[in-house]
Amino acid sequence: MSESTLTEMPGSAEATSASDAPPHPLRELMRYFFQNRGATVGLAVVCVLVLLALFADWVAPHSATEQFREATLAPPVWQDGGSSKFILGTDPVGRDMLSRLIYGTRLSLLIGFVSVSLSLSLGVVLGLLAGFFRGVTEIAIMRLMDVMLALPSLLLAVAIVAILGPGLINAMYAIGIVMLPHFARLTRAAVIGEMAKDYVNSSRIAGAGTLRLMFICILPNCAAPLIVQATLGFSNAILDAAALGFLGLGAQPPTPEWGSMLASALEFIQSAWWVVTFPGLAILISVLAFNLMGDGLRDALDPKLKQ
Amino acid sequence: MLGFILRRAGLVIPTFLGITVLVFALIHMIPGDAVEALSGERGMDPARYARLVHEFGLDRPLYVQYLDYLGQVLRGNLGASISTHEPVLSEFLTLFPATLELSFCAMLLALLVGLPAGILAAVKRNTFLDYTVMGVSLTGFSMPIFWWALLLILLFSVTLGWTPVSGRIDILYDFPPVTGFMLIDSLLSGDAGAFKSALSHLILPTIALGTIPLAVVARMTRSAMLEVLREDYVRTARAKGISRLRVITIHALRNALIPVVTVIGLQVGTLLAGAILTETIFSWPGIGKWLVYAIQRRDYPVVQGGILLSASIIILVNLSVDILYGVINPRIRRST
Repeated sequence: MSESTLTEMPGSAEATSASDAPPHPLRELMRYFFQNRGATVGLAVVCVLVLLALFADWVAPHSATEQFREATLAPPVWQDGGSSKFILGTDPVGRDMLSRLIYGTRLSLLIGFVSVSLSLSLGVVLGLLAGFFRGVTEIAIMRLMDVMLALPSLLLAVAIVAILGPGLINAMYAIGIVMLPHFARLTRAAVIGEMAKDYVNSSRIAGAGTLRLMFICILPNCAAPLIVQATLGFSNAILDAAALGFLGLGAQPPTPEWGSMLASALEFIQSAWWVVTFPGLAILISVLAFNLMGDGLRDALDPKLKQ
Repeated sequence: MLGFILRRAGLVIPTFLGITVLVFALIHMIPGDAVEALSGERGMDPARYARLVHEFGLDRPLYVQYLDYLGQVLRGNLGASISTHEPVLSEFLTLFPATLELSFCAMLLALLVGLPAGILAAVKRNTFLDYTVMGVSLTGFSMPIFWWALLLILLFSVTLGWTPVSGRIDILYDFPPVTGFMLIDSLLSGDAGAFKSALSHLILPTIALGTIPLAVVARMTRSAMLEVLREDYVRTARAKGISRLRVITIHALRNALIPVVTVIGLQVGTLLAGAILTETIFSWPGIGKWLVYAIQRRDYPVVQGGILLSASIIILVNLSVDILYGVINPRIRRST
């Protein structure tokens, strides 16, 4: 961009494309996003994870729960005694590690998707109400959110699961509830910022109803921080779900969830490094990918950093 | 100044009340009530059930039950553990020093490594060093710490045999707890071996728990430093002929530290959450492990009291950070 500003006439600084019109916002966003190498890698990994999750039935060499009793704790293929039948080895009851990890992708993304959707939709509604109506509504909602934020996320999630009972579904609810305050606060702040703008007033004068004002006029303009938070929320959800699984409060065996896979293999940490190493690596890689993507999106969406 | 402190402290009261409501509500959402839990699988005849419900006050309106609970809490009565019959508060106070010691060491590690790393990355911006620091800290930030702890055990305890796997000190050593902090108590006992043992037990949990705060501190320090290094007064100081090192450490760092202090305050929550996982893995006898056990045994008074106490600590730390912030920065003191 700086090169073109030097060579071209002042006033057409953005005119790298053929027309004089400024580039479409989405195109501009993509350009900034893909300039960031980390973000691109993150997005690529996320795409691979999504594909693995969607096509787990075709990609995974074995079933996630089939037990090969003749090959318990088989090492990975490159180690002595490993076989190409089980590329990443097998677990203590002879299930194929690679297949379980692939099916685990499905679970982790599902957990991320469900809990982020839950907290995003609830949080957006609460934030809109607080920012739009202000007054008592705002105080009531935001105080509640402050109370929830005073508890560390994992502690609150653990408490909720303790009440609801352990399990995958309850873990998703717990994580969704825990993330709620972040979305509510972000939405409220963005809504208050937008409310002062002229277009809101003119829509109101033009006769737009309350719901239309809230969801059609204002909400789309608050999307940027919410998209970033939703992406980062995915990594939080995956991490917290794995932690709950590890504590025995999330997905229950034999579900191939990464955290509970780790927990059930603990006693074999000395004899079979692969049963402990690979599930954790899977968690790390997916969390890292979502974090990279979220960071990249934030940088691309933040106008202050574009200069 | 006093007015500022009082105003800030006043804001804490509704939050604390909110937490008590939340904790009270959580326990009341459990399917079944305390009487059913007592009766176990055999069940109980309806007359006895009704009498017990009345005895426990469970037939009163919810708000009366809540006010009763709040009154008990304010008098320091958090109930007794179902499994040990000890008061929850005294169990918490016995175990808390262990968590505090571990959290303190973890934070110390985060600061000792994170601050210099962040400063270096900012000063050497866009170099290999910067990319390495940022890459490592993003990885640390994304790390599932329960897995990280296992890897550390696998390498340092199992393979190399350098550090013990669990606990706070070798059972060979026995000395009276004075402060509850193993490092200090073992020093007071005058036994060098005991101190060495306590220290070696502390190393791996400290690394595991300190990793995420370390990554956060490094990232925050870097971005705060980058912001400050662009300021005019930094350039002025350089133009006056002050050495680069002095400008960075004296002029820039002091101002960059303000956002970093806030982040450090916020990490207390992370540390308490991390303690749940770290203490479980290293069998560290602190409140994290205590809470997990309580949940597994469905010891609800402990869960209720433990959550309330942890949240109170976090609120108090945030309050102190707020006040400290006002002390450092007069602009904040006046504006609120």
